[in-house]
Amino acid sequence: MAVVYEKTKLLTDKPLHYCPGCTHGIIHRLVAEAIDELGIQNRTIGIAPVGCAVFAYDYFNCDMMEAAHGRAPAVATGCKRVNPGNIVFTYQGDGDLASIGAAEITHAATRGENITVIFVNNAIYGMTGGQMAPTTLPGQVTTTSPYGRDPKLCGYPIRISEMLATLDGPAFISRVSVHDVKHILDAKKSIKKAFETQLAGKGFSLVEVLSACPTNWGMTPQESLKWLEQNMIPQYPLGIKKEVE
Amino acid sequence: MGQKMLMKGNEAIAEAAIQAGCRFFFGYPITPQNQIPEYMSKRLPKIEGGCFLQAESEVAAINMVYGAAGAGARVMTSSSSPGISLKQEGISYIVGAELPCVIVNMVRGGPGLGSIQPAQSDYFQSTRGGGHGDYRMLVLAPSSVQEAVELTQEAFDLADLYRNPVLVMGDGLIGQMMEPVEMPERKPRTDLPEKTWAATGWEPGCGRDRAIINSLYIDPAVLEKHVNHLYEKYAAMEANECRWQEEMTEDADYIIVAYGTTARIARSAMRKLREEGIRAGLIRPITLWPFPAAPIAAAAKHAKAILTVEMSMGQMVEDVRLAVEGAVPVHFFGRTGGIVPTVREIITQVETLAKGGH
Repeated sequence: MAVVYEKTKLLTDKPLHYCPGCTHGIIHRLVAEAIDELGIQNRTIGIAPVGCAVFAYDYFNCDMMEAAHGRAPAVATGCKRVNPGNIVFTYQGDGDLASIGAAEITHAATRGENITVIFVNNAIYGMTGGQMAPTTLPGQVTTTSPYGRDPKLCGYPIRISEMLATLDGPAFISRVSVHDVKHILDAKKSIKKAFETQLAGKGFSLVEVLSACPTNWGMTPQESLKWLEQNMIPQYPLGIKKEVE
Repeated sequence: MGQKMLMKGNEAIAEAAIQAGCRFFFGYPITPQNQIPEYMSKRLPKIEGGCFLQAESEVAAINMVYGAAGAGARVMTSSSSPGISLKQEGISYIVGAELPCVIVNMVRGGPGLGSIQPAQSDYFQSTRGGGHGDYRMLVLAPSSVQEAVELTQEAFDLADLYRNPVLVMGDGLIGQMMEPVEMPERKPRTDLPEKTWAATGWEPGCGRDRAIINSLYIDPAVLEKHVNHLYEKYAAMEANECRWQEEMTEDADYIIVAYGTTARIARSAMRKLREEGIRAGLIRPITLWPFPAAPIAAAAKHAKAILTVEMSMGQMVEDVRLAVEGAVPVHFFGRTGGIVPTVREIITQVETLAKGGH
């Protein structure tokens, strides 16, 4: 019997701890496939964040470092500068990257640091139990915005990809989604492109992946994918935001 | 570079680090340590494989150190008190992940923004951990530019040996003054363990386990075991790395305990006191952690009193009191806020003790 589909060797056999319906698993798979297909397992270093993906070092089957909250781009910088031949990626959520780590991501981007950032945006703090994130939508109910996010009180959601695309340093910035198969395939293309950008030495690459959090959004997995499509994409338009040839 | 040169402390520390094989430096400007990053920015790009990067913050700098150390490099950062406070999060993670690196603190007056003048008021922060969690760091306190060179170079070996950060703690004066120094090239110790744990790229069958640089141990039993392992290293440091200098303590009635710049001033005071016929001695801790409690306790057995002198409101004095366990009175004299004590002030303190006062 011919094998038509199997687990990529870039993921370990460790069972994922993610909640049912969470799309982190899909995104892990896409990143792992990209590394596998590019044949760079033996020189890839992943940097895990603080947040739901904190245990990513148990899942990605390559050398890994676990960074402090928001600091993954700085850790990646140190790692890449020591061994420029390594392919270094960070995997960060929206609380980690867009809030506490806003300085680190901005300066890694503007330096054109030759690393790849996988930015998983699910508009909420998942690991800590569903608090308001910098990416939480106006009106969205979270455990720290129980009456819905009020922009008058706590401002507006931050569009990281558009913001970073204004800088001269980044070489590739794209926003994708994983709410259906078509978009998952598009996401894969962008993720692979981001790694190729680093391999070509072009500089900083970032893929923002819109992701569902059924547990903390209080929805079924199906509802959450629909909610992502209908509410997040209008706030966070998909597409390539910057590409340097 | 064997001949004697006149160098500023900060620049000498930077060159010493390079001679000890440091090729990566990540830092952020703050007075009075700016000559360290400035010197590194000039020298490191001219050395093969060298990299200087000015980080966006102290927080980023220490995390770049984490990444570079995790990749197996000899790496350093430097700062001064407020900046070192910002680095504490990263230092705690570096300890937890057992990464070697060297951190220089050119201490200035505090609290808060404080002043830019020399101080020793970061003693508690340096010797009690500083960041969150159960940990210790070797803290080396030079009292001359030459000693700063030697201790900085040794710091890299000690960091690699114990897989723990080493703090070189100078007061601002050590960084800012110029003194003649010899600058030897220093090859790493030959007994250092290979960095087989470093994240440099892995695949199945490559001859080592997959590297995971990490300080997260979600299972309490596993974390307790990890911290116990860290404390085995600290016990080894206490057994093997404690350093101090004693002068004229054998017959001393009054023992001054002081470190760094303060120890030099205390030495001058001690000599003058001897000329006056007052038998004074000096114990100068070189490692602030581990603290040289044993020699201080031994000297206290035949002394009438101890005077601890610091550029702070009295921090090390607590360790001196713990060391002597009430055997003799332990007095304190300190200036703070960036004020350096004078020889005269220290002499007066000891004279008062000799007259039965205080």
